[in-house]
Amino acid sequence: MIIIIDYGSGNVSSVKNTLDFIGVDSKITSNPNEISEAQKIIFPGVGAFGYAMQQLREKKLEAPIQEAIKNGKPFLGICLGLQLLLEESEESPGIRGLSIYKGKGVKFTTGKIPQIGWNETVPIKPGLFERGYMYFVNSYHVMLTDEGLVATKSNYMGEEFVSAIKSKNVTAVQFHPEKSGEFGIDFLKRWLNAD
Amino acid sequence: MLTKRIIPCLDVKDNRVVKGKNFVDLMDAGDPVKLGKKYSDEGADELVFLDITASHEKRKTMVEMVKKVAKNIFIPFTVGGGISDIEDIEALLKAGADKISINTSAVKNPELISKAAQRFGSQCIVVAIDAKKISNGKWEVYVKGGREPTGIDAIEWAKKAKMLGAGEILLTSMDADGTKEGYDVELTRIISEAVKIPVIASGGAGNLESIKDAFSQGKADAALAASVFHYGKYSIHDVKEYLAKEGIRVRI
Repeated sequence: MIIIIDYGSGNVSSVKNTLDFIGVDSKITSNPNEISEAQKIIFPGVGAFGYAMQQLREKKLEAPIQEAIKNGKPFLGICLGLQLLLEESEESPGIRGLSIYKGKGVKFTTGKIPQIGWNETVPIKPGLFERGYMYFVNSYHVMLTDEGLVATKSNYMGEEFVSAIKSKNVTAVQFHPEKSGEFGIDFLKRWLNAD
Repeated sequence: MLTKRIIPCLDVKDNRVVKGKNFVDLMDAGDPVKLGKKYSDEGADELVFLDITASHEKRKTMVEMVKKVAKNIFIPFTVGGGISDIEDIEALLKAGADKISINTSAVKNPELISKAAQRFGSQCIVVAIDAKKISNGKWEVYVKGGREPTGIDAIEWAKKAKMLGAGEILLTSMDADGTKEGYDVELTRIISEAVKIPVIASGGAGNLESIKDAFSQGKADAALAASVFHYGKYSIHDVKEYLAKEGIRVRI
């Protein structure tokens, strides 16, 4: 079973709707036990970094997510679900993230904030990723210590940013594939079939 | 690079899309899901559903429609029209709307913007402004579907809405609306440069050039149109091909 983690902020039903449309069984849950039993995990995030981490801790989801990732379970983070994998974010100073990877969320320095709309993703690691337009809604983006994680890059008003990362079992994207029409659905299908 | 967005607007009454003569040719004219899907397939970047139903049962029927749309269309969509409180907003977001547009209720009760933004995030709160020109460089905010003047300056209201937590401004020029003579690019540019959040230009889309002008001169981040698409004057693909040829970045 594919588990969609719900920590009580994001609109997780849109991810489920897309998986239903693809024809894949999935379940929305905030139960820590279901994470360890899941076949694959999708971690969508909307809202503020600090609030999300607080919710994950209150709902005792932090350790199960960290363990699932360490144990090699296929994992897809979406939007804030990418940023939460890092140590911290300028959005919520002093709040520790899931700290799977070294780095932090930083605010865009140019253009209107938030970035809203379709931006081109350019694959650094092709295969799972293809060049094309995905839908973004974000004010922050990730700065990684390990450049080797970068899977796609995009550009917002002249500022280049990491729009996806990939490492072993972990894929995490800044964009919303569930809201990116056919191109996003195709990406989700590739992820579902790959890992 | 981020692309400019083309957004068709569908007026919904009692769960049916109204307006649009070319719809009569379709198998199920007026079905919000089918029409939304048609636009999505043609390359629409987002959809706006504007509820013009006047009944008390409104919220319930709108929630049902939103659920159906969310299960079948996989691009972002905004719902607006008569949304008056946090409960309305919550019900529609839970049903699967990506964004909510508020207009009259935001003017009457600006706190609604900040409360909604704190609770659900700025990214899903669109403040719609209907503006009418009163003199050179001055526009007044109208509410209740353009029927009631407020005495509020549109530029000041846009800035305040942003400060309170609006994630986007949907700006309709009442002078241009329905004229097909082009967007009010001056108003659009002034507000777009003043607020530093995305501005969706609305009202007056006529020919292809007018849509280009909304971006190049009006500095809009997105352009909304209803009749040019509904009456089949142009397809969304036509508009995007033209814009791309004119050097405006769009998703094709």
